[in-house]
Amino acid sequence: MKTKKTGIQKHYYLMMLPGMLWLLLFSIVPMFGIIMAFQDYNPGQGILHSQWIGLENFRYLFQLDDSKQVIINTLIISIGKIVLNLIVPLAFALLLNEVRNLRYKKFVQTVVFIPHFLSWVIMASIVIGIFGYNGVVNTIAGWFGAQPQLFMADSSIFRELLVGTEVWKEFGYNAVIFLAALTSVNPNLYEAAAIDGANRWQSMWHITLPELTPTIVLLGVLSLGNVLNAGFDQVYNLYNPLVYSTADILDTWIYRLGLQNLQFSLATAAGLLKSAVSFILITVSYVLAYKFADYRIF
Amino acid sequence: MVQNKTLGSRIFDIVNTIILTILTLSCLYPLWYTFSLSISVKSAANAGLVTFYPIGFSLASYREIMSDIKFFNSFWISIQRVVLGTGLSLIAMIMMAYPLSKSKQEFKARDIFMWIVIFCMLFNGGLIPWYLTVKSYHLLDTIWALVLAGGLPVFNVILLMNFFRNLPADIEEAAVIDGAGPWRILFGIVVPCSLPVIATVTLFTGVYHWNEFFNGLILMSDASKYPLQTYIQQLVVSIPSDTTLTPDQYKRLSELSNKSLNAAKVFIAITPVLIVYPFLQKYFVTGIMLGAVKE
Repeated sequence: MKTKKTGIQKHYYLMMLPGMLWLLLFSIVPMFGIIMAFQDYNPGQGILHSQWIGLENFRYLFQLDDSKQVIINTLIISIGKIVLNLIVPLAFALLLNEVRNLRYKKFVQTVVFIPHFLSWVIMASIVIGIFGYNGVVNTIAGWFGAQPQLFMADSSIFRELLVGTEVWKEFGYNAVIFLAALTSVNPNLYEAAAIDGANRWQSMWHITLPELTPTIVLLGVLSLGNVLNAGFDQVYNLYNPLVYSTADILDTWIYRLGLQNLQFSLATAAGLLKSAVSFILITVSYVLAYKFADYRIF
Repeated sequence: MVQNKTLGSRIFDIVNTIILTILTLSCLYPLWYTFSLSISVKSAANAGLVTFYPIGFSLASYREIMSDIKFFNSFWISIQRVVLGTGLSLIAMIMMAYPLSKSKQEFKARDIFMWIVIFCMLFNGGLIPWYLTVKSYHLLDTIWALVLAGGLPVFNVILLMNFFRNLPADIEEAAVIDGAGPWRILFGIVVPCSLPVIATVTLFTGVYHWNEFFNGLILMSDASKYPLQTYIQQLVVSIPSDTTLTPDQYKRLSELSNKSLNAAKVFIAITPVLIVYPFLQKYFVTGIMLGAVKE
C-alpha cells in the first residue's frame, strides 16, 4: 500500500511539471529581474555586472514632477472606476429585476455583456468614432450649429471620458454577480411585504437592497486590489500626448519610461513599487473578505 | 405574482423599460456603428456623416481587404495564437489543477505548490524584467512569445481546482478500486465530469488570446508579425507619442484615416467573438460564480 502511495505522488509531481515550468519561466524568473531596480542597469553589462546604486532610483523617481501627477491620475481614475463599477451595475441589476416580461429580460441580459468581450483596441476605435474630431457627437452637434470640439485632446474631461467608457463597457458584466444574488432572494419576502402594503419602491429599498448588501461589500473589498490599476489597455489606446497631464497612469508611464526611453532601472523601480503596494492591498482585501464574508478563493 | 396596478407602478414600468432599452441599444451600438461605417460609401464615412445608419451602400472596403495580404497575415497569426495558446494552457492548467485539488494527505507537496501558485497570481516582476526575460530566451519575433510569454492564467487554474474539488469523491474511489491510475482518473473521469468549467476556461483563454494586443506590439519587432489586434491598433487607434503634437496636428490625423476600410477590418476582427458569444454567454456566468465559490 505504501509503495503504491509514493507511486501516485510521483505522478502528481509529473502533472504539476508543465504548469510549474511555465510559471517558473515567465512569472518567477522575471521576479529576479527586480534587482535591476537597485542597479544602474546597463544592457551591455547585464544584471550580473551592472553597478549597484541602492535606493537611488527610488529617490530619483520621487523627485520627478511626472511621478506625483501620474500617481494622482491613477488614483482618481481607478477609484472613479471602482465606485461607478459598483453603483451602475447595481442600479442596472435592480432595474432589470423589476422587469416582468421574461423574454425582454433575457434579451437585455444577453446584449449587455457583449462589450465586455470586445478588446479595448476595438472599443477605442469606436470611442474615437463617437468622440473624435469628425465623430458622431460632433456631427450631431453640427446639425444644431455647434462648432466641432476636440474631446479626445481635452485634458479637462479626459478622466471622465475614461471612467465613463469603462463603465459603459463593463456594467453588464459587472451586474452578473448581482443578478445571480438576486435569483436567490426568497420570493416570500416580497409577497409578505406586498400584503403589508409596501409599494415596489419600498420593497426594492427594504428587501432587495439589504439582500444584496453582503455582495456589495464583498465586491467593494475585493476591488481594493485594483486601486493602482487604472486600466492600461484602455488608457493606452485612447490617450495622446495632449492629455498626458490628466490621463497618464502608472502603467502607461512605466511603459514609456522603460520601453520607449529605455530607462530600464527606473521603470523597474516604479514597477516594483506598484507591484509591492498592489500585493499588499490584494492580500489585505482577501483577508478582509475571508474574515467578514467567509469568502475564499482557494 | 404580486399585484401592482397603481398608476405609479405603471409609470415606473414604462420609465424602466425606456432606460433599459437605451442601455441595451448602447451596448449594441458599437457593433452597429462599425458595421454601418464599413458598408457606407467612402466619402460619407470619411466626412464623419455616418451616425446611426449606413450612408449609401458599398462593399468596396471588404473588396479592398480581400487583396490585403498584411491583414490576412495578421489574421492567420491570431488564429495560430488562439489555437496554440488555448490548447497548451488548457492542458497545463488541467494537469496542474488536479493534484492541487487533492488534500495534503493525498498529495504531500500540495500546500507548497499552492502558495507558489497564489504568489504568482498576486505578485509580478513588472513590465521591464518580464520583457528582458522573454528577450533573453530568444523568443522575440516568434509565435511562441505570443503563446507562452503572457504566462499561465493562474486564476483559471484555481477555477478548475475548485471545481475538481467539489466533484463527488466516490466516483474516483470506485475507479481506484478498479485499478485506474491517476492519469486515467484525470482524463477518463475528472475531465469528462468537468466539461462546463473546462468550457468556461477555454473560452476565457481563447478570447484573451484573440483580444490581446500589447504583447504583440512589444514582443514583435516588425509589423508583418503582428497579431490582428496589434495590426488594428497600429492602423486605427495609435497616435504618435510625440510630445510636440499640437491640437491642429491631431485634427489633421483624424481626418486622414480611411474610416470605412478601418471599420471593415474592425468588424472582421469582432466576428469570431460574436460567433462564440452564444457559448460564452452560456458558460461565463458559471465561470464567474465559480470564481466566487464559498465553502
